[in-house]
Amino acid sequence: MNEDQLRMLYRQVILDHSQHPHHHGTLSDGSHEQQLENPTCGDVITVQVRLGEDGTHIQDIAFNGSGCTISQASASMMTDVVQGKTIDQARDAVYLFSQMITGDKTTKEMDQVLGDAALLAGVRAFPARIKCATLAWKALDQALPGFPKEDNAID
Amino acid sequence: MAKLLPMHKNDFPMWQGPSAPDAVYLDSAATSQKPQAVIDALIHYYTKQNANVHRGVYTLAEQATEAYEGARKTVAEFINAPRPENIIFTRGTTEGLNWVAQSYGGTHLQAGDEIIITIMEHHSNLVPWQQLALRTGATLRYVDIDDSGVLDLDQFKAMLSAKTKIVAVTQVSNVLGTINPIRQIGQLTHAVGAILVVDGAQSTAHMPVDVQALDADFFAFSGHKMLGPTGIGVLYGKMSLLAEMEPIEFGGEMISKVEKYHTTWADIPWRFEGGTPNIAGAIGLAAAIKYLQGIGMAEIRAHEEALTQYALTQLKQVEGLTIYGPADAQQRGGVIAFTLQGVHPHDLATVLDTQQVAVRAGHHCAQPLMSRLGVVATARASFYLYNGEKDVDRLVAALNETKEFFQV
Repeated sequence: MNEDQLRMLYRQVILDHSQHPHHHGTLSDGSHEQQLENPTCGDVITVQVRLGEDGTHIQDIAFNGSGCTISQASASMMTDVVQGKTIDQARDAVYLFSQMITGDKTTKEMDQVLGDAALLAGVRAFPARIKCATLAWKALDQALPGFPKEDNAID
Repeated sequence: MAKLLPMHKNDFPMWQGPSAPDAVYLDSAATSQKPQAVIDALIHYYTKQNANVHRGVYTLAEQATEAYEGARKTVAEFINAPRPENIIFTRGTTEGLNWVAQSYGGTHLQAGDEIIITIMEHHSNLVPWQQLALRTGATLRYVDIDDSGVLDLDQFKAMLSAKTKIVAVTQVSNVLGTINPIRQIGQLTHAVGAILVVDGAQSTAHMPVDVQALDADFFAFSGHKMLGPTGIGVLYGKMSLLAEMEPIEFGGEMISKVEKYHTTWADIPWRFEGGTPNIAGAIGLAAAIKYLQGIGMAEIRAHEEALTQYALTQLKQVEGLTIYGPADAQQRGGVIAFTLQGVHPHDLATVLDTQQVAVRAGHHCAQPLMSRLGVVATARASFYLYNGEKDVDRLVAALNETKEFFQV
């Protein structure tokens, strides 16, 4: 581990998301929510969504809770990615994010789908921090109704 | 007078080799590094003594049995237990505490009884009692701390009554570092007819422990935090109480006679050690104890007290740092939990790691204490005999680098 990897982990965009997170707060009319805890540090995050009237897409999303730079930035980026998306699209994004963080490369598809969140690929070099990065995505996955496709299940 | 020891890093292979000498290891409260003497003892057992214990009549099996039972004797002398039979080998502190809660607690508690623990307990001395209370209908009560992280003894005294059956307390907090007055707590506990269970995970490795002087009824600790291997620990119990405790696991080694529908137990302590025990672990633990005795537990305590005092003084110079626990090193073990304003402990530990400084970050398996302190997590530096002032200086320098990195 070196200084360069550290700079990759804490890129300015990531620090910005962490310090000024998007969609931070609570929805007064959320339809689904999930609270998850990072068992290693006790950080708690709650993800709330409001599905559109047809029940197939995410009309609004918010997250709440405090945590480290990585978990907060990741949550903020996640909300940007899935806002307005269908449930299936959101689940695909969760899967791609999980693959990116635990895998060894970022594919073109990941870059396109994940936007800013693709910058979190630097977390790969810090295995102890992977749970911080995936927490909000897992919470979203569990908040959404239905189940992920079998081959898209994340651990 | 607290005095630093000469450095002992040369005894530890972790710091040998081309890159290793620079590593600053400040997480001994989680687990300690191992000296060559312990590693050698494990190799010797597996290469020269390997046989099962208490079974064979051949020479090798006798040697293995002798080494295993010799380890029990070494442990007994180390904590001044009256007899080797007071010593039960476990997997670690957690298992020892769970056994007391499940076995002794399960048969001695009923609805309306009370268990008293403290808010500074590690989950391993908290969840077993919480679950025992839920199972038996007993009430679990918590003794609070004051703002400096010291137990509120007045509250404890007021809490004690004829209903109190078990008091379980840590000797040294793994977060605050606070050293609790076990002897005094024991006297108060015994005055109401309750028993005292002590979590010695953070004390036994770092200071002289005399279970008879403490008058502990049960005392549990782990080998891996005191230079020994993982997977070996000790539960000490007073004979009269062990006699009232049912075996926890059934199988080989722990029986006297097995009939089709009835079994009688082996003597204490073997009735609590079902199955082939961790023979190598016990032998490794004995080697660790001999290594520690060669240096002297009082000397180790003095070293850590001096180092902790130095660390507290140096850390106070770091602006934005909050330190938890007593301000006086005499009142605490070599454990310092802290937070840095504007930097989450996880981010802090990651950046410190890039400076080759290993500290723990998280809730330290003490979530109720974290809530009490009003934080979700902290960073924690903890010391042992192989740490010196240079390690503290490196920590302080790395903290300042971290502040610069995050511009706080």
